[in-house]
Amino acid sequence: MYLPDFDYHAAASVEEASNLLGSLGTEAKLIAGGTDVMRMMKEGTLALKSLISITRVKDLKSITHDQEKGVVIGALATHNEVMLSPVLQEKYMSVCETAHHMANNQIRNIGTIGGNIANAVPSADFLPILIALGAEITLQTSSGSRSMPLEDFFVGPRQSVIKQDEILTEIIIPEKGFSGSNYHKFGLRRSGALAVVGVAVAVTMEDNLCKDVRIALGAVAPTPVRVPEVEELLRGREISAALLEEAGQVAAANCRPIDDIRGSKEYRQDMVRVFTRRTLRKAIDAGHV
Amino acid sequence: MQAVQDKEGIKRYLITLHVNGDSYTRVVKANTLLVNVLRDDLDLTGTKKGCELGDCGSCTVLLEGKPVNSCMVLAVEADGREILTIEGLAQNEKLDQIQEAFVDNAAVQCGYCSSGMIMSAKALLTSNPDPTEQEVREAIAGNLCRCTGYVNIVKAILSCRKSEEGSE
Repeated sequence: MYLPDFDYHAAASVEEASNLLGSLGTEAKLIAGGTDVMRMMKEGTLALKSLISITRVKDLKSITHDQEKGVVIGALATHNEVMLSPVLQEKYMSVCETAHHMANNQIRNIGTIGGNIANAVPSADFLPILIALGAEITLQTSSGSRSMPLEDFFVGPRQSVIKQDEILTEIIIPEKGFSGSNYHKFGLRRSGALAVVGVAVAVTMEDNLCKDVRIALGAVAPTPVRVPEVEELLRGREISAALLEEAGQVAAANCRPIDDIRGSKEYRQDMVRVFTRRTLRKAIDAGHV
Repeated sequence: MQAVQDKEGIKRYLITLHVNGDSYTRVVKANTLLVNVLRDDLDLTGTKKGCELGDCGSCTVLLEGKPVNSCMVLAVEADGREILTIEGLAQNEKLDQIQEAFVDNAAVQCGYCSSGMIMSAKALLTSNPDPTEQEVREAIAGNLCRCTGYVNIVKAILSCRKSEEGSE
């Protein structure tokens, strides 16, 4: 399959990559693993003059725990590195499990968490769980940086607020004291499939009382979305089977999926109902965050 | 990385790949894929091309010990890195244990997926010498066999487990 011509730049630092992005303009794009950009270029849905690779930038791969900030994930960590990170396995197993169910082993060794976010695909698996956990991201240029809650990053399918010369460098999951979290990817196969519906829940339980909850859905709107209606319904309530079923129904009523090759609007809404209920149950019962 | 412009104004890059223990220096274009350097420049045609979109796994090679789809890796990105292909498994004309097991278990039907399957299995058994059947199936989930001969492929890989040693 033909990959069209382009110029290649291997940036040695974030500053260099940012300057290149700025000077080369919108016909240049950043690649980390490149699995998404290259696929689009091969299929002819994306034409670019230059690719700027940041795979050789140092210090953007580590996953660490910082007492003040929380868990800090370098944007260049591959899906398999996220899956196998001892820090994440201890603090947020749900993020490791999310990585485990993405693509296949070969792609997980190349694709990066930063790329999964920056591509801003509505079905991307890392988005709902990181939004549920209240993650923040850092966008860096050669002259400075800004951070924002991940949920404010997305504008539409493959569209975000990132500026031409900005580079997503890290993802931070602040300590919010959740007692459990879970992401359920509902795909048509267990490997190599995109989510038909993705549901993520982070919850703080005190015995059977729901103190706090954050719910995010993937693949049912132009961007990943929170469902505040369900969060309000559950906050401060004793959890019962009837309440979880109601939560599923409210989630289904408040999302606006599209019909596509993977599922109809009605099917997706019904799956949101089912998997919101089940994912809530798993996060509530979880022995780990 | 050294880049030169040819007479037609096309940029070319000087890269060195370490493949199966040998180093090769080649001049490639930015859009040259690793799989094409392996097959067309180095004549290592054991690595197959299937979907060329990172779905089927026929082009699986080990990059720094990890299985990747060589159709989704730019040759320039593999510069200076260690690559193991199916040709690098046999030592002194003796097949690798996994290759033998594929023969013994009739795990090769048309053979097109075999190189990729074996490379995925090699990576799994190197990092986890005693995998469960579930772990084997997950490790080859990115390798499609359109003959659907998965049962014998899984059997072959399971027979290479450390715990199976001396069981014959």
